[in-house]
Amino acid sequence: MAKYTLLIYGDAAQWEALSDEERRAKDAAHAEFRAAAGDRIIGGQELEPAPNATTLRGFVTSDGPFLETKEALGGFYSLEAADLDEVLGLAKLLPEVHDGHSAVEIRPVVDHP
Amino acid sequence: MTAGIVAAVAEAHRRDWAQVLATTARVTRDLELAEECTQDAYAQALVVWARDGVPARPGAWLTRVARNRALDEVRREAAFRRRLPLLVTSPDSPGDDRLRLIFTCCHPALSRESQVALTARLVCGLSTYEVARAFLLSEPTMAARLTRAKKKIATARIPYRTPDPDEMEERLDPVLEVVHLLFTTGHTAPTGPALIRSDLTAGAIQLARTLHLLMPRSAAVTALLALLLVTDARSAARVTPAGALVLLPDQDRSRWDRALIAEGTALLTDALRRRPPTRFAVEAAIAAVHAEAPSWEQTDWTEIVGLYGVLLRLTGDSPVVALNRAVAIGFRDGPQAGLDALLPLAAEPALATYAYLSASRADFLRRLGRRTEAAAAYDEALTLTGNEVEHAFLTARRNSL
Repeated sequence: MAKYTLLIYGDAAQWEALSDEERRAKDAAHAEFRAAAGDRIIGGQELEPAPNATTLRGFVTSDGPFLETKEALGGFYSLEAADLDEVLGLAKLLPEVHDGHSAVEIRPVVDHP
Repeated sequence: MTAGIVAAVAEAHRRDWAQVLATTARVTRDLELAEECTQDAYAQALVVWARDGVPARPGAWLTRVARNRALDEVRREAAFRRRLPLLVTSPDSPGDDRLRLIFTCCHPALSRESQVALTARLVCGLSTYEVARAFLLSEPTMAARLTRAKKKIATARIPYRTPDPDEMEERLDPVLEVVHLLFTTGHTAPTGPALIRSDLTAGAIQLARTLHLLMPRSAAVTALLALLLVTDARSAARVTPAGALVLLPDQDRSRWDRALIAEGTALLTDALRRRPPTRFAVEAAIAAVHAEAPSWEQTDWTEIVGLYGVLLRLTGDSPVVALNRAVAIGFRDGPQAGLDALLPLAAEPALATYAYLSASRADFLRRLGRRTEAAAAYDEALTLTGNEVEHAFLTARRNSL
């Protein structure tokens, strides 16, 4: 087994503009993903929008995210799976894969013994 | 060392390389090491076969030698290997090792450049130098690309397995694209003294044959093999003995390989029975129309224009297909009609540096007797091609104006 982190990137403005109904549909899709992944999920969080971030670099504390881009990190899951194909199969269930303005980046996690 | 032994090893390289490497990779669980062991087995074959004679089953001999060396290495480096990311294999999964290797090299998580490089090196058995030359890169750059790709396979754990039936169609697409790209790269080498790199075309055909053998019911695979065979059948007539380019209208059709054409056409008929036709099936049909025409003048241009129309839809209006269709219109309706059909393509950014657009325009202008404009178009084409044989052809055409 190996660990992977799924980074969910997208246009934060479009996320914020979701109606209540769209929001509920998205939550339901995530619940479906979590049910399918089961105990392969070892972590995950939805992040508050990037303007709420604080970045430290050297002695400077600044307001906002490290990368000031339109597409921002919105959340992540950590998974444990046998191989990349298993992760790809599960990740396709995430609504952000199909929304057009967002995408899911899969990163293998360094295995510290 | 006799020429016979060298030829036997070369033949075994062509026929068995993928099998030997693919089987060895299951032992090493490391593509780099499998590559080394396979290479080493072929080097040993040169010496041992010269001494003891060519074994009855060269492929089995090579696999045994490569596997034994792999087992030694794995045992010796067990402690070191525990810290390495190893290829994810499932020992009980069914299927052919060669297919496993092909699908791993063409996994969608790898870039197309990596897929092509890995397939040429690991599946077709070309040396890194040969792969680099085919894709206009220096050998160290290509070596770095191959190393990076193999590292990603291990680190991201791209599994060494054949896709499940329900994902087969999606996973087959990049495989067919890669085989086709290897063939076209060899069919008109982007650079160098020779028009055709037969190591690439032969490797691609061998690979398509293997895929067809292992997946006989796939219409997409059948169509691709048909396309490669019918196209390759013309290769002897594409260059003069001195190495000069001969275009389709001027080719000596008696030099076309009729056996290959017959084999390709039969495969195509089989593939077309299963609908809808794939892009490669339509391309094969176009090649077959040419192959069946007794002469250039008697080519069924109406059929060809129609087939390019189908292809245009299948490829989502590919500019290169649009160019080919415009050229076919020029042969059906005359050079002025061809020139008119090319006109809207001049603004196409994807064709801005495409030598064939300038060359086609030059040819229509030449046939219309508009010499000054034709010369300018030939000059444009000459700056855009890196193949020396094509260069010589275009220069000769320009000088004949």
